[in-house]
Amino acid sequence: MSEPQSAAKVLDLRANLLDILTQVPDPEIPVINIVELGIVRDVRLGKPPQIIITPTYTGCPATYLITQMIREKLDEYGHQDVDIKSQLAPVWTTDWITDAAKTKLKAYGIDPPALSKDKNALATCPRCSSTNSELISEFGSTPCKSLYACKDCLEPFDRFKCH
Amino acid sequence: MSTKTTHIGVKAPTTPQATYIMRLGDNALILGQRLAEMCGHGPEMELDIALTNFALDLIGQASLLYEHALSFEDMASNVDALAMTRVEEAYRNCLLVAQPNVDFAHIVLRQYLFSSFQKFQYEALLNSSDKQLAAIAEKSLKEIAYHIRFAKSWVLRLGDGTEESHARLRDAVDCLWRFTGELFDFDDVVSAATECGLTEDFTDKYSTWQGEIVQTLDEAGGIKAPETLNMLKGGHAGLHDENLGHILKDLQYMQIKYPNLQW
Repeated sequence: MSEPQSAAKVLDLRANLLDILTQVPDPEIPVINIVELGIVRDVRLGKPPQIIITPTYTGCPATYLITQMIREKLDEYGHQDVDIKSQLAPVWTTDWITDAAKTKLKAYGIDPPALSKDKNALATCPRCSSTNSELISEFGSTPCKSLYACKDCLEPFDRFKCH
Repeated sequence: MSTKTTHIGVKAPTTPQATYIMRLGDNALILGQRLAEMCGHGPEMELDIALTNFALDLIGQASLLYEHALSFEDMASNVDALAMTRVEEAYRNCLLVAQPNVDFAHIVLRQYLFSSFQKFQYEALLNSSDKQLAAIAEKSLKEIAYHIRFAKSWVLRLGDGTEESHARLRDAVDCLWRFTGELFDFDDVVSAATECGLTEDFTDKYSTWQGEIVQTLDEAGGIKAPETLNMLKGGHAGLHDENLGHILKDLQYMQIKYPNLQW
């Protein structure tokens, strides 16, 4: 066995697993996947390979579902030997949500989270982009969202909370 | 079968680590369960959602803590059994968290008193020799911050609101204040946990905590904390008032009817 080949193969496996993980959607917000949401922290190659995930909120019911969905997706691709490990530190933050995912959130009708350094930024209506809105409820349909109403186009909208 | 005081095989913790972590878990679980009772009963839709969001956070914290406690000692076969199949005196939550949802003033004041205390208690875990416990604390503190913000804003609003809301908040203070002495007790369990490096001593923050609360109550229409009052204690030692029993009746129903049931 030649070394370069095996190194390439190893890199392939990591890229391959990451690619499979991008096919797992967030169960509550299916337009974004768990990699761009920042839930997948790492893929560690070893025996067995490990996928490191982190929960968003401590009580988020989707956490259990996400683990199951990852397992199903890995099974589908024949990766029964991969471990899924949950890790709390460093603590999940919405700053890890990628820009591409934020664009998808907006198109889906959810105002994406501000970066924590701009956490006092105004909510922006995902439909008409107006910042003239009011907070209806600080807590919303899932732990990660609050509910706003746009005062210009009069539509209600969810805002992904900066966390 | 083991002794009469445990059932479905749950054992009491013996190490200082598991003992202390169970106390943290029980506080979170029981307050989470109390708040969950408000699901569908909040005074407004938005407040209903807020209270159940907090319930979810607290039950999530409890779940992480119980799971971690099980890594020290094999007390039960799984987290659900550990959380839900102990007898009353095996729960070591403070008395405050089990106090009933008398009205919205009681609910937000209880939350404010507890979450402000929990902040000090969890900050003392950030430098813990136990990295997983420190991580649980760090994660929980993000949630505790908005629990405090919400509860404090409502304490101020009720106290500084109408005659009725002011009177209700004052009643809540008169009723709940007596359960706060226990929170910062430096008892054997805290002592053992500090000795093994699990937590720093947070009990010296009592006067800081009290100062914060007294100031908020003063801003809330000039409410005074009762001065002469016997503090009631006992929850941390498993000596509960009648409230916990009622909570457990609901909480334990499914596990007792269907032992080892899992979600």
